[in-house]
Amino acid sequence: MTASSPGASPGPARRTLTSREQILRRIRAATGRDPGQGPHPGDDPGASTDAEYAALSRDYLRAHHDPRDHDVVALFAERAADYRAVVERVPAGGLPAAVARALTAGLFVVPAGLPPDWLARVEPDCPDAVLTGDDPPLSAQALDAAAGVITGCAVAIAETGTIILDHGPGQGRRALTLVPDFHLVIVRHEQIAPDLAEGLSRLDPGRPHTLISGPSATSDIELVRVEGVHGPRNLHLLIAAPA
Amino acid sequence: MSEHAANGHAANGHATKGHATHGHPESMPTYLGMPPFPEAAATALGNAQLRRNLAHATSTIRAKRAAAVAELADWQQLRAAGKAIKDHTLAHLDTYLTRLEERVTDAGGHVHWAQDAAEANSIVTSLVRAAGADSVVKVKSMTTQETGLNEALAAEHITALETDLAELIVQLGHDRPSHILVPAIHRNRAEIRDIFLAEMADVPSGLTDAPAELAAAARAHLRRAFLSARVGISGANFAIAETGGLVVVESEGNGRMCLTLPETLISVVGIEKVLPSWRDLEVFLALLPRSSTAERMNPYTSMWTGLHPGDGPSAFHLVLLDNERTSALADTIGRQALRCIRCSACLNVCPVYERVGGHAYGSPYPGPIGAIITPQLRGVTSPIDASLPYASTLCGACYEVCPVAINIPEALVHLRAEVVDAKRSTAFQPERIVMGATSWILRSGRRLGLAQRAASASRVLIGRSGRIRRLPPPLSGWTKTRDAPAPPPESFRAWWARTHGGAQ
Repeated sequence: MTASSPGASPGPARRTLTSREQILRRIRAATGRDPGQGPHPGDDPGASTDAEYAALSRDYLRAHHDPRDHDVVALFAERAADYRAVVERVPAGGLPAAVARALTAGLFVVPAGLPPDWLARVEPDCPDAVLTGDDPPLSAQALDAAAGVITGCAVAIAETGTIILDHGPGQGRRALTLVPDFHLVIVRHEQIAPDLAEGLSRLDPGRPHTLISGPSATSDIELVRVEGVHGPRNLHLLIAAPA
Repeated sequence: MSEHAANGHAANGHATKGHATHGHPESMPTYLGMPPFPEAAATALGNAQLRRNLAHATSTIRAKRAAAVAELADWQQLRAAGKAIKDHTLAHLDTYLTRLEERVTDAGGHVHWAQDAAEANSIVTSLVRAAGADSVVKVKSMTTQETGLNEALAAEHITALETDLAELIVQLGHDRPSHILVPAIHRNRAEIRDIFLAEMADVPSGLTDAPAELAAAARAHLRRAFLSARVGISGANFAIAETGGLVVVESEGNGRMCLTLPETLISVVGIEKVLPSWRDLEVFLALLPRSSTAERMNPYTSMWTGLHPGDGPSAFHLVLLDNERTSALADTIGRQALRCIRCSACLNVCPVYERVGGHAYGSPYPGPIGAIITPQLRGVTSPIDASLPYASTLCGACYEVCPVAINIPEALVHLRAEVVDAKRSTAFQPERIVMGATSWILRSGRRLGLAQRAASASRVLIGRSGRIRRLPPPLSGWTKTRDAPAPPPESFRAWWARTHGGAQ
């Protein structure tokens, strides 16, 4: 059955090609189409599939919270805190001081593209905190030795208390927000989508994404959620009001 | 656990390939020496600690899941959409898989196709070798459990390090997983502490059984392995045909470590995991965390598309696995099992699972969903696999909580028919003879009356305590795992004739 049986070509390229054809034939036979044929007769094999997909009924609500009668920012703050993130709502102009207050002594990684004015109070207010960039890229060991990382985010979702990184400017490559034990995230009001569907629709699917809902946790001991395994054990969110 | 009439016979080793329509015995390793479900269940039921651990864990999660689901007024509509999207995808699986392949390749990844477990394992082994590694870090993956990848790698002198906390507990305890989501659910905190103290070389002295301390010990234990790993191996919860994106849903961050830090990433994914488009995540990321860990959203979800230069691995391989999924696809009733998103809600509500635990199912896929997946992947030719469709009371709780509305009771009954069909060719089948005789008796009122009189008379011989505990062979198959009430001294028909009938 597999290419490892006698007589089959030993080359890996041939082998995968053969299995690919076999699997596709079996699928076509199982779904009631001529196994020898392509997916669909005609010029555009995917078109009828896409039409059928577009016609699928979706009766669910894409929005559970109407911003006109829900305080979406408050909902986000409450739901994120539910998962034991430290959440602070910061008034306009108060962000640089809040950033400095959240830091301790140690080395903090700052990805390229983070607005420099967010860090303006670090040196005067928290002189023991040392800021470093990631160019050239820090080794995993260096990240492990860092006290924390400071980033923005791409989108947040109020309904689930989630922040989403697309690892663009001000967020850094994925390892930066993973290896250090402390992650300070600045969330701007306009980044908060009320619901999951709206939040996902604001993203560019081609980018890498990390959805973060609270600090690292596990339910593996007696199905009880406890915080603190491999990801950052301390997640601190600053929700910044518009200036 | 009351119904397993056919398997007593299968356990005698008479099972044959017969008319079984799908599955292949070698598609998934059967745990060595695994007895059929009723025997394994009887042993498990005798373990009071196991029953306490399971009852505690499953009752906790049941209440939380109900609350998480109740928060969404449109849960039933989300569930219907999840079912519709999966059914549509399965009906056009060839189109979506080739599309996925194209997009992953465009994004710098390599796509491999594996017809069975052996082929998947050999592809992974050669990729690990090509990367020059002799160890790998792994994200918890049902698919690689199914293929027995760790054992295959070990045979080639490659060490596979499980990084999920529960998988680590299982690996350190030289144990087997017993739950889809929480493979060490059969262990309580004190047992986990004992395993860590005995097996973890760098265990902190004075470790207590506080879950936070146990989690911290696992963090320290695995950190160096993460930071130096060259190859990561994962499964995926979803693969998006439209974009070529893969999605891994997790809690601890071990997934992010394995997906991000190594130079080479290999993802082994069942062909049924594909979704048509990005938009479908708004349905499945609502259904999965609430059903699985009863959270509005799990702590971490990673999504990536092929390679992202300057961020994460520099080589990405996607291994698409059939391993008899196409056999299940050919079965119009059994096919619905391919909708499964491995949330494990059906395990947590199952009265049978709660009492016997996952080991009795003899498969990486335990519980109600396992009882319909395993026989479809492995066939019903072995005693354990033939017994699985009977490992249920058909109460329907699993169907009710399933986020993609898999009608598990319907599939179980369908598979029971298949088990019976598979055995038709064997010579001696007491159950068939009894059923044939019953059918003849029930066709005639006179014959029924005579049979009932005979049954009442037999009470003197076999049921003096009011219960029949053991019948002689060949009927012993029926009473081996169940008691039957003794026939009443007088049947209803006889009573009616004596009282009312006589008055007319």
